[in-house]
Amino acid sequence: MALTLTLASRNLFHDSLRFIATMVGIVFSVVLVMVQMGLYLGFGHMVTTMIDHAAADLWVVPKNAKSFEDPSLLDLKLRSRVAGIDGVATVVPLVVGFSDWRLDSGEMTPVFIVGSDLHDGALQPWNVIDGNVQALSQGFGVAVDRSYFERLGISGVGSTAEIRGKKIKVVALTDGIRSFTTTPYVFVDLKNARSLTGTPPDRVGDLLVRLKPDADRDKAITAIRGEIGDAEVLTTAQFRDRSRSFWLFGTGAGAALFAGALLGVIVGTVIVAQTLYSSTKDHLSEFATLRAMGSANSYIYHVIIYQALINAVIGFAVASAIGALVVQMTAKSALPIVITPWLVAALAALTVLMCVISAFGAIFRVVRIDPAMVFMR
Amino acid sequence: MSEVIIEARDVAMTLGSGARRVQALRGIDLALRRGELTLLMGPSGSGKTTLLLVLGCMLTPTAGTVTISGTVTAEADKEGLAKIRRDHIGFVFQSYHLFPTLTAAQNVQLALDIRHERGKRARQHAREALERVGLAHKVNTRPGELSGGEQQRVAIARAIVTNPAVVLADEPTAALDGDNGRAILKILADSAHERGQAVLVVTHDPRIVPFADRIIHIEDGLLVDQTEAEPTRLPKIAPFGPISALRSES
Repeated sequence: MALTLTLASRNLFHDSLRFIATMVGIVFSVVLVMVQMGLYLGFGHMVTTMIDHAAADLWVVPKNAKSFEDPSLLDLKLRSRVAGIDGVATVVPLVVGFSDWRLDSGEMTPVFIVGSDLHDGALQPWNVIDGNVQALSQGFGVAVDRSYFERLGISGVGSTAEIRGKKIKVVALTDGIRSFTTTPYVFVDLKNARSLTGTPPDRVGDLLVRLKPDADRDKAITAIRGEIGDAEVLTTAQFRDRSRSFWLFGTGAGAALFAGALLGVIVGTVIVAQTLYSSTKDHLSEFATLRAMGSANSYIYHVIIYQALINAVIGFAVASAIGALVVQMTAKSALPIVITPWLVAALAALTVLMCVISAFGAIFRVVRIDPAMVFMR
Repeated sequence: MSEVIIEARDVAMTLGSGARRVQALRGIDLALRRGELTLLMGPSGSGKTTLLLVLGCMLTPTAGTVTISGTVTAEADKEGLAKIRRDHIGFVFQSYHLFPTLTAAQNVQLALDIRHERGKRARQHAREALERVGLAHKVNTRPGELSGGEQQRVAIARAIVTNPAVVLADEPTAALDGDNGRAILKILADSAHERGQAVLVVTHDPRIVPFADRIIHIEDGLLVDQTEAEPTRLPKIAPFGPISALRSES
């Protein structure tokens, strides 16, 4: 091991109390940033879950529709116009909207209705764990996620409730289809969606367009744009970005998460900087001795930077273990924290950067060392 | 006459400013020669330490020139002075200034490490230096577990491991008892006489006078006396003779 690294590690571990304080600071900071960014990714994933699971190449949406949940409506006539465009394979209408779910107890809770034609299969419930999706077209059958049992006052397939005066029956259960708005998604057949949301027969929420395999997408978009008037045509990626942008930044949720993450970085940097500075002050006579012996300033910087890097490596390892635990604990919760390999890599880089920046204060102190101080008795 | 390693010419040093301005050194002319152990003596406040700092490239004189192995120190900036110290000077401090978290061998190795001398060879050199000061059996011991005399010997090993042209020692025996002080001076004298280094020892300690080749007295920043010691007064030091003796003394 290089002597600078040995010296750095001995300087750190020599004062175990200060080392523990540093670790607490780094771990707190990294876990906070990890959780905030994990929530951001989780939210980002959640707000586009319907878009991600829809079998569509293009979306025709009302003008300025901000997200999948936007309540604006389109004229149903657009469906036949778009269907006639060269390269378009199918155009599937989607009826979505907020409604009220009336529990047997008489209590009301808001729900979000997602209605599509089951035969077209453009947006059907996924991760079905019980019941039968085909039964959605029989009567007022609905599919809901099992995580909302308590909220919806149900116990499983066969449970009943009421939406807009219609007696509905749970015919299928899904797992893991949760809404960012916390309002439960309720999957229904297209025809039932109109009556459960009060959507007029000549209106739809969105149109899901599938292109033929050999179709030129850009040409199709241009042609569709010419047929839909005020409405907009978006690729799946564009609609996903717009939805994320609205929910995460339009509502301030994303900004709050980033602010929390920034706070974590600041707290971590300050704690590490403070402990590194005080450690350097405690070892000032040793650094002065090195200077007196003729070491270059850069040699001493190496010792301090190594101290920062050791802090970063150990702190990040502990924080990662805690982060993995948090991910596991929240996987089935209403707010799942998503940690991707990229996030882990970015956090590792951030931790190193944070610790190295923290070392600057100590380095500025060392630059001012007078080697002659070792001769003062 | 031996080769001059450090030469100070008309060196003056003023410290402080205004009412606190002090003329610490005045017109110092001094030459330290290879193979000579020189004692710098004088009362407190006479300018001994200031002269040591100037000769050790830690202070730049306000007037005059200091030349070390042909390099004029006035032309160097802070990093340049550090390089001169690294390349030409070994220091022994009164308070040892060892690194408490490192072993004796690692403390010695530091002097090599800052010169980018690393690896097996550096470890070997560090062990040899500790052997020279009679501490081959303490290579893996930390300073806290060593006696004061042993710590000072580690500090000397650190100062001489790079085989510097000059060794500057500041009161190296001040905190030691008679036996340990004598042992330390034997090692420093050995460095001068056997290894050809120029050794300057700042001291108040009259017990070490018999080891000196030359004694310089300083008062009020002026060199007032330079005495060449008589050869007969010097203790006879065999190349490795004293080391075995040292081990039994420690």
